[in-house]
Amino acid sequence: MTSKAYILDQIRTNIAKQNTTQVALPDLEIAHDDYHDKDKQFAQALQSVGGMAHWLDTQENIETFIQEHYQHHGTIATSMDLQIEHINPNDVQDPHELKNVDLAVVKGEFAVAENAAVWLQDHENINRSLYFIAQRLLIVVKKEHIVASMHEAYEQINFKENTFGTFISGPSKTADIEQALVIGAHGAMECMVLFI
Amino acid sequence: MSDHPKLAEKFASNTNRMKWHDKALWFVRQKRDIQAQSLPEWEALRDKADAIKTHTLANLDHYLSAFETNARKRDIEVHWARDAQEHNKIVLDILRRNGATKLVKSKSMLTEECHLNPFLEENGIDVVDTDLGERIVQLRHEPPSHIVLPAIHLKKEDVGTTFEKFLHTQKGNSDPTYLTHEARKHLREKFLGADAALTGVNFAISETGGIVVCTNEGNADLGASLPKLHIASMGIEKIIPRLKDLSVFTRLLARSATGQPITTYTSHYHSPQHEGEMHIIIVDNGRSQILGNKKYVKSLQCIRCGACLNTCPIYRRSGGYSYGYTIPGPIGSTLGASKAIQKNASLPFACSLCASCSNICPVKVDLHEQLYLHRQDVVDAGLLDKTKHRALKMATWVMKHPMIMDSGGKIARKLVPILPRNLLYSKFNVWGKNRELPPFPKQSFKELYKERKK
Repeated sequence: MTSKAYILDQIRTNIAKQNTTQVALPDLEIAHDDYHDKDKQFAQALQSVGGMAHWLDTQENIETFIQEHYQHHGTIATSMDLQIEHINPNDVQDPHELKNVDLAVVKGEFAVAENAAVWLQDHENINRSLYFIAQRLLIVVKKEHIVASMHEAYEQINFKENTFGTFISGPSKTADIEQALVIGAHGAMECMVLFI
Repeated sequence: MSDHPKLAEKFASNTNRMKWHDKALWFVRQKRDIQAQSLPEWEALRDKADAIKTHTLANLDHYLSAFETNARKRDIEVHWARDAQEHNKIVLDILRRNGATKLVKSKSMLTEECHLNPFLEENGIDVVDTDLGERIVQLRHEPPSHIVLPAIHLKKEDVGTTFEKFLHTQKGNSDPTYLTHEARKHLREKFLGADAALTGVNFAISETGGIVVCTNEGNADLGASLPKLHIASMGIEKIIPRLKDLSVFTRLLARSATGQPITTYTSHYHSPQHEGEMHIIIVDNGRSQILGNKKYVKSLQCIRCGACLNTCPIYRRSGGYSYGYTIPGPIGSTLGASKAIQKNASLPFACSLCASCSNICPVKVDLHEQLYLHRQDVVDAGLLDKTKHRALKMATWVMKHPMIMDSGGKIARKLVPILPRNLLYSKFNVWGKNRELPPFPKQSFKELYKERKK
């Protein structure tokens, strides 16, 4: 008997032994706050986890924002169409070549007000490592792409075309040494969410 | 055989450190409370989580089979392991087939349970735990003492000296920021040099055939996205039916674990990376047996948030190592007893039945009730500690004789308040260690009751 057959058999036998009453899979209708000011909620939540949020004025552009906010920067990597010196992470064959990226400018699909998480997916980004290897992360999200909670968030997610997706909420952090919060464990030391 | 009271005594003998440990964990518990109280729908979320898990466990064969089918469609290889040994062998085979000798791991209590690291090391694999807390305890050749905060038992000075020795950090520097950033440099080298990554699994989604891994550090993510080979190990109970069920669990997990609204990274792996290979190992290792026991089946609902450890007055004062089991605290005590009651007979007694663990559990595992039932199993199996057994027999006898009980109480109420401290708090009074006896009342409950009835 294969291990798969054995395990499934054990599971069936034990479930039968227990004679359980079936509980239906519940609907997920849960009354929750839909944050009358989602932007404010998002900004506060992001600040509390060590990140920053910024809303661009209509006259400003991303390039100007990057020049002003990241005056001293090394290699910028982005697959977005930006008029600044950068490398395209999709041109890189080996993800290890991204190890010297200082700033990754990536597209966030939508933001979640409840917990300051932004959904990123690999639709246009071949190298997943970009999100985690860059020293700093600038996530660009459209202003109208903000939802209240994780319930609305998962309604927008599917894995038909995507092979990978991640919620990122702030910079990488740890509190493994005496519960002292330290920003910058393995991933980005800084995380900015830019709404355009 | 683990002996919780003896090991706990060892931990508690350093009173200052015990109090510090207690406080550190209570701080995490308080952060959890703030998060839970900030959501009016908290109880509704717990109810949904409970219902999803109960439903899933009753149909586990179906959801696991569907998961495998869906994962295979996504070019993920799925393996099944009956026990720890088979799991370890599968991991080694995959590594050998790929010529991989350097493995970066992210935290996985399942691989701890399987003793994967020593097995791989014996077979010539260089294994590096990449979660900071895990790396610290790995360098010290210690197991994790907490399922979410592996190095919670250590002070920053302990970490400082460990890093001095292994990472050649500045002598005497125990600043957490400095140490964390030195570990970052050290571990980046390991990530960049690794041939393969192994992660745990927080949730496996039956409907989509993918898995979710949650971290704050990004270690699982960096590991799984650099080398081309990713192996993920999951217990059979990690499965959830639908993608949208994650909306409930991602809201509960980090809030319960560390008091954060969500983990920094919540990554959904639904295929190998570009030109890579991905394997998922589904492990039983005794879990299906628990499934057959109505009393303990709910322990399989656990999502390993660690909230029950942080709130447990026993865990906080006895430390993770006192349990002598991979998973400490209330959840470990019930899982350990279910797995091998002989070996873990003292664990159901490492509990004051205060029920705080059950009240805090995001998926409503009836922890304290399980521990109460396990105690009865321990007695039925004739495994109760001899001293405890004699004391309980004595108590039964006294309670069966009201006259003796009443007069004994009367004498105690008169005598105890006038006894000299050094006699009262002698070594025979184990309750008097580190705590004061409450003031003795003038009258017994029975006397008061009779008086009021008049």
